[in-house]
Amino acid sequence: MRIAGKGLIDRDTQVSFRFNGTSYVGHRGDTLASALLANGLRVVGRSFKYHRPRGVLTAGSEEPNALVEIMEEGQQTPNTRATVQEIFDGLEARSQNHLGSLRWDLWSLNDLAAPFLSAGFYYKTFMWPRAFWEKLYEPAIRRAAGLGNLSPNADTAPYEKAWASCDLLVIGSGPTGLMAALTSARAGADVILAEEDFRMGGALLSADQVIDGQPALVWVEAALAELDSLPNVRLMTRTTVTGAYDSGVFGALERVGLHRAPDAHLPRECFWRITARRAILASGAMERPIAFPLNDRPGIMMASAVQSYLNRFGVATGRRVTLYANNDAARVTARQLMAAGVRVAAILDSRPDASAVEDCPVYLGAEVLETHGRHGLRAIQGRHTGGEFRLDTDCLAMSGGWNPTLHLTCHMNGRPKWSADLAAFVPSDGAVPGLVAAGAANGSFSTHGALSTGHAAAVQAMADLGLTAPDLALPTAEDAPYRLTPLWSVKGKHRAWLDFANDVTTKDITQAAQEGYTSVEHMKRYTTQGMAPDQGKNSNVAALALLADATGRGIPETGTTTFRPPFTPISIAALGAGGRGKTFAPQRFMTSDQASRDRGAPMIEAGLWYRPSYFPKHGETHWRDSCNREVSYVRNAVGVADVSTLGKIDIQGRDAARFLDLVYTNTFSTLPLNRVRYGLMLREDGLVLDDGTTARLGENHYLMTTTTAAAGLVMRHLDFVHQTHAADWDLRFISVTETWAQFAIAGPKARALLNSVLDQPLGDFPFMAVGPVTVGGVKARLFRISFSGEQGYEIAVPTRYGEALFRDLVARAETMGGGPYGMEALNVLRLEKGFITHAEIHGRTGAFDIGMDKMVSAKKDCIGKRMAMREGLNGPEREQLVGLRCKTEFGSGAHLFTQGTRVHRETGQGYVTSMCYSPTLGEWIGLAFVKNGRARHGEDLRLVDHMRNTDCLVTVCNPVFFDPEGGKLRA
Amino acid sequence: MRLTCPLCGPRDRREFYYYGAEDYLHRPAPDAPIEAWDDHLHLRTNLAGVIKDLWYHEGGCASWLLVTRNTITHEVLSVERVADRKGASA
Repeated sequence: MRIAGKGLIDRDTQVSFRFNGTSYVGHRGDTLASALLANGLRVVGRSFKYHRPRGVLTAGSEEPNALVEIMEEGQQTPNTRATVQEIFDGLEARSQNHLGSLRWDLWSLNDLAAPFLSAGFYYKTFMWPRAFWEKLYEPAIRRAAGLGNLSPNADTAPYEKAWASCDLLVIGSGPTGLMAALTSARAGADVILAEEDFRMGGALLSADQVIDGQPALVWVEAALAELDSLPNVRLMTRTTVTGAYDSGVFGALERVGLHRAPDAHLPRECFWRITARRAILASGAMERPIAFPLNDRPGIMMASAVQSYLNRFGVATGRRVTLYANNDAARVTARQLMAAGVRVAAILDSRPDASAVEDCPVYLGAEVLETHGRHGLRAIQGRHTGGEFRLDTDCLAMSGGWNPTLHLTCHMNGRPKWSADLAAFVPSDGAVPGLVAAGAANGSFSTHGALSTGHAAAVQAMADLGLTAPDLALPTAEDAPYRLTPLWSVKGKHRAWLDFANDVTTKDITQAAQEGYTSVEHMKRYTTQGMAPDQGKNSNVAALALLADATGRGIPETGTTTFRPPFTPISIAALGAGGRGKTFAPQRFMTSDQASRDRGAPMIEAGLWYRPSYFPKHGETHWRDSCNREVSYVRNAVGVADVSTLGKIDIQGRDAARFLDLVYTNTFSTLPLNRVRYGLMLREDGLVLDDGTTARLGENHYLMTTTTAAAGLVMRHLDFVHQTHAADWDLRFISVTETWAQFAIAGPKARALLNSVLDQPLGDFPFMAVGPVTVGGVKARLFRISFSGEQGYEIAVPTRYGEALFRDLVARAETMGGGPYGMEALNVLRLEKGFITHAEIHGRTGAFDIGMDKMVSAKKDCIGKRMAMREGLNGPEREQLVGLRCKTEFGSGAHLFTQGTRVHRETGQGYVTSMCYSPTLGEWIGLAFVKNGRARHGEDLRLVDHMRNTDCLVTVCNPVFFDPEGGKLRA
Repeated sequence: MRLTCPLCGPRDRREFYYYGAEDYLHRPAPDAPIEAWDDHLHLRTNLAGVIKDLWYHEGGCASWLLVTRNTITHEVLSVERVADRKGASA
């Protein structure tokens, strides 16, 4: 219920939201948790394993209990922490993990079976009978396991990613963070202040403290106003720094639109990568629970949460509150409750020697042994130094002391160190280079300690960066000593919970230790302690303290489990922002793209490029109809294809020829001017890297072409060879792939088509010639090369003329009985001619395998030469390139077997790499690699394809099916 | 992770392509025994500690870089251009 006059919520603005179908009203500034508590709701969820009713435990992102499903149009987001979710008009939330209603969960029968459901239950129980596993156990476990439910729909909400850099990243905006940010901002540093909450101020929002003689909030607002006014400061609320990575890189998740009514203009979340020269971890500390019997009832909460709901949200979490603590700090909460008019039943202090002077009953040496109240706490029982007690109470605020929130310091394999004084782990110095922890995150729990260490950390960071922090008077604040006596658990006859989210009890830990899981990492996995969405933030230290006790070791020797990123859960959608659909990869378009689409061509991806598959014509019902027609253009008239996607590398310098001789197996220094040569490129391990033609445009000027797929790979390879082996050669090269649009013109009428567009008719221009021409006054390059086996040319013009030339060439070709051809026809044409692509040179084939071993020059060295010669790469045991012919259809990927042998992996003779229907030959043809294949032309092999259910005979043949003498090429 | 390219300055690791050990710089003579080539191409010591490896500034200046770093601490000790190192020519 609300308390008049308390809290930072906007009392003038009401917000209406729904929980489990019922409408409630809260205020702007409420979280879902505070609004539910204000409305008197105590049960907000069911526990993971035993399905016990659970209420809000904390007021922060470490919440293990209050996990809810958020419903949006067509979407459902599970496991949302109600303590972080802000309310807005129209918010629809649902409790999760129950069968039937939240109040009467049918799965709560599990709780009755609790004696059988302890650690290792699955491993021990579902072993037998074996057949039951798949049919019975697994479906049942899967149905019961997990927490909330995801929407079955794809997430269509927008997400973003962003990058930022700064001199200093301050993580957390409590007194430590604000002081650090002020100090460094005044020194002139670029500062990012990241705060997980939607409001800056950290613990000062909840603590009702005094700074410089005024309410702490006055100081907070003044500090924020100054920071906000400075151009060198970026304030980021709702931003959780989730991970610390190498070289000062931090990951951070900003909840941009999540807290507001759906707004199409806002991304839901934004994942930031922040590069910081220095960082200050001012993340504060987390209060730890006490594992006493039946400590999981709704109404049993962290003392700091009770304080936060009181001071920040104006909510009393009970009518008769009891405090149970092992330290002095928690008493402040009791005093503040009483001052606000909330009745405090008693303070239960576990320490026999603590002060008993308060305005309410104080029981010293107290132990809570039993709690009552099925759907919310009603009463507690226990004993103290003076005897036994039974108290009617509806809210028990517990405090087992504080753990510095040091997770980020462990993200780069740092290990925290144990402080016996604080009975807590504290960060190790230098665990993340450039990052220091200050304030409560480093064990300075008082407000004065926070302000002074935040200041000191910033002064040091500024000095590291060569900046001077101006003198600054430290504000005055409380500096109460931190006094506690460790209390991890209370033994009793009932279960005592450690990890509320995963239902891990003290008994599970001792049992794990008894069964030999004495390493903290083993204990974690056996009991699932700390493996829930909250990652055991408020329970891990108590669990390992118990393990230390059970194994007779100290806590420092027992050690902690490894804290890994992310600090809080991150949606995969945020990490993958920008990678959905077409934005997954860049798209590259040829200059003919629109012209091809205008003709209805389906576009197919080739690397990042989009190329026309075929150009359909009216009346054609199958892509193969179009393909066959386009093949006949080239074989009988003239076809035009855009081949601009092939990589083009311009190579110049006095050592250009020498360089080409090094990277190609064959020789280019002997290539005459204005001539083109086919070249084969190997990797250093002797296998084929790429192939293509290279033209000599001048004495010291070459133009290399690569395949479309390997253009980037070849560029990287050339850069490597150049910089490692030829750094002082006179040599320069650059990619000109996008500088030129290049079109293949092929067929018996290719020359006639060319002459119709060239400014000067083509003179003597033999096969493999290259030379300058002009088209409509534009300087162009003409190559006499062919990938189809017909008389072929490729004409290259500067990219800006590409579209016009393509449209012109196609229109002219059509008047000559030809037209454009796409990738399908291009593939058929090259297969009929036995030309290879990366389907054949797939990274496992050598020059010998493709019949090009003679192209490896004996007269010079080249990259890959030595290894290409090695044993095992040149002999009858190798699978060699062959052609296949068949009267029926088969598919690439099929395997080949000698007739009469068993169809088995070990008896395989080879495999099909490419296939097509050849309209020229009137049958199905393909390329394949077959053991000793060149000696087996004429043999019939059995082709088996389990994917396509094909089993037929194919005839091995020469891979060049069409015009093997090459007369047409040279015509 | 970030690398400081000698030409481009400190850059995010996404701009770089990782290749492998610096061994690739030491190409054996063409007539060296096959064992030397095998060693060059395939055999790596896989040290935990300070290593030198090759990165390519693919999203930047196209420099091949020799990076000295510690695989235990992840500290990057130096970054130099392969082409600038002494005796770079073949």
